[in-house]
Amino acid sequence: MGKPAGNPTTTATQTRNAKLAWRLSLMVVGMFGFGFALVPLYDLLCEVTGLGGKTGGAYAYEPANTRPDTTRLISVNFTTNTNAGMPWEFWAEKGGVRVHPGELRQVNFFVRNTTRRRMIAQAVPSVVPARAAEYFHKTECFCFEQQVLEPGELLEMPMRFIIDRGLPKNVQSVSLSYELFDVTYLAASDLVAGHEGHQE
Amino acid sequence: MSDIIDTRQEFTQDSDHDAHHDVQPDRGIVRWLLTTNHKDIGTLYLWFSFLMLLIGGSLALVIRTELFEPGLQFIEPAFFNQMTTNHGLIMVFGAIMPAFVGLANWLLPMMVGAPDMALPRMNNLSFWILPFAFGLLISTLFMEGGGPNFGWTFYAPLSTTYAPDTVTYFILGIHMMGASSIMGSINIIATILNMRAPGMTLMKMPLFVWTWLITAYLLLAVMPVLAGLVTMMLFDIHFGTSFFNAAGGGDPVMFQHIFWFFGHPEVYIMILPAFGIVSQIIPTFARKPLFGYDSMVYATASIAFLSFTVWAHHMFTVGMPLAGQLFFMYATLLIAVPTGVKVFNWVSTMWRGAMTFETPMLFSIAFVVLFTIGGFSGLMLAIAPADYQYHDTYFVVAHFHYVLVPGALFSIIAAVYYWLPKWCGRMYDESLGKLHFWLSFVGVNVTFFPQHFSGLAGMPRRVPDYALQFADFNMVSSIGAFVFGFSQLLFLYVVIKTIKSGEPATGRVWEGAHGLEWTLPSPAPYHTFTHPPRVVDAEAHS
Repeated sequence: MGKPAGNPTTTATQTRNAKLAWRLSLMVVGMFGFGFALVPLYDLLCEVTGLGGKTGGAYAYEPANTRPDTTRLISVNFTTNTNAGMPWEFWAEKGGVRVHPGELRQVNFFVRNTTRRRMIAQAVPSVVPARAAEYFHKTECFCFEQQVLEPGELLEMPMRFIIDRGLPKNVQSVSLSYELFDVTYLAASDLVAGHEGHQE
Repeated sequence: MSDIIDTRQEFTQDSDHDAHHDVQPDRGIVRWLLTTNHKDIGTLYLWFSFLMLLIGGSLALVIRTELFEPGLQFIEPAFFNQMTTNHGLIMVFGAIMPAFVGLANWLLPMMVGAPDMALPRMNNLSFWILPFAFGLLISTLFMEGGGPNFGWTFYAPLSTTYAPDTVTYFILGIHMMGASSIMGSINIIATILNMRAPGMTLMKMPLFVWTWLITAYLLLAVMPVLAGLVTMMLFDIHFGTSFFNAAGGGDPVMFQHIFWFFGHPEVYIMILPAFGIVSQIIPTFARKPLFGYDSMVYATASIAFLSFTVWAHHMFTVGMPLAGQLFFMYATLLIAVPTGVKVFNWVSTMWRGAMTFETPMLFSIAFVVLFTIGGFSGLMLAIAPADYQYHDTYFVVAHFHYVLVPGALFSIIAAVYYWLPKWCGRMYDESLGKLHFWLSFVGVNVTFFPQHFSGLAGMPRRVPDYALQFADFNMVSSIGAFVFGFSQLLFLYVVIKTIKSGEPATGRVWEGAHGLEWTLPSPAPYHTFTHPPRVVDAEAHS
């Protein structure tokens, strides 16, 4: 590449230019692909590190392997929010619980469709502090699927979780926040067909 | 001087031998539409970017008019948001970037001793995409619902869920200007790597050529990522995907990461060619070779490399773990080292030089001083714990305007004054040039320096109204903006006057100038270096 050449009218130089242009175009295509590859990479990074307080999917609970660590008591707080423009009511049965690491606990959440139309919702969880996210396991959660509610319908939704025994020693309290989104427009085709909300 | 004679002889030989090479261009509009000549295309780029500068500048003056006093006087907040957004987009993608590409077109072939750019037809296409891209973008301001109003950084979900319908035009416009930049960069790399005259080795290339080579690689690396980003937006808006929609499993913060992965190298795309320009001009008027040529090349490469590792310093406040904040803080501070090398090299070049202060030199010295101020405020912003105070305030506005206006823009103006005699064969009016400089210098500082203070005092950016305690600083800032804005019309007048009635310029133009372009007669003939020139050491890097 580095060898300087002179007259452009020579076909040799033109061929070298065209070759280089194609090679550089490959770099462009590669970087375009890399832009999209950043999406799964970003999710993977968040999942592995718990950055942004993202929690994982359903956790396989095996009672035999999990003994509560009774020397520690962690306070777990719940907050529920609805996204802008989401008219549903959304609340937890209690504001918080105290659990031992390794102990399976159930808390019930409620939603009510306050509108006169059928709607679909999706709850998105987040854990603070973010470094606790990877130790917060959920064996059952309404956030794993979408909720379809008829007008005025009330739904009780159980959420079962275990705090991992490996939770860093300096974490004494964990907050779990749920934001409820209206996804009726995203799932519009499902609604027309009358299907149940599908799993993520 | 013997070089000039050599080249002229080549020209006479050339027109005899290659009769198919028209010495004179076609006449009329067709010349400009169909041209594949690097000088014509350079001219088109430069006039286009000047037009964009005036349009983007007018939007800025609308902003400064509204901010002259607290309260809402002239425009609605919704329209104000369109003004800030389009001012940023037009200045970044329409004024600064095309101006540098225009300079590259005019100068790179003459600097490396090539007859033209490597891929002349693609060169024509790269330029002619731009008027359509910006026509599309600017037309949205006149459409129902208004133009883009989400800031030039177009963060999702503001630019997706809550965007005006015209966002689709914006996305298409970004795609088009991205395609233009990518083709321009391929052309520049091919020209520099394949078209150099014998003897013009890489480490003899003028620094403007070096900085553009590195910039072109940066563009190839990040413009496709920007294209991917706006494509994701398009899919979120129209095809029901959820890249940035939390409800569907996406993440709005991911938008910011991808945007700044493009955006941070982008700010170096807008400053590296400027480094190249002042590295050409300062040695000429200090009448000394550039101090530390090799270190300049390595510093440019280091800055380009580091620019990929610092993007999250734009988003310290999104909620990042401590380790992330520390990494991005230290990586950012590290960039100050190669940048400092450059500033010291420019100062050392001037040290004990036989300096004269023609207009290009004045703009270049102002560049060194004011860009350094912008660099220092950048260092303040890089300190993560302090950034929580500065984030999204006018301090940020002051910072990036110091690096972009007396930084990038001043270097472009300096380049125009420096090479204009070579381009059109006539000298500009030195007194008017100096007047233009002093008006610009005073105007730019009066505009942007007070914004440091209002920012530190807590004035948020992107607001059409503000608390009363910021009134004085804003009034001063608005007065400065009008002085600066209208003095660019003087620049237009100086350039037109030069083209029409300037004194004839010599081939060398400046007694201290070195480089192959100065061995050509002024104005540079339509076709130059159709036979590769002899590269003598005296004309290798100045």
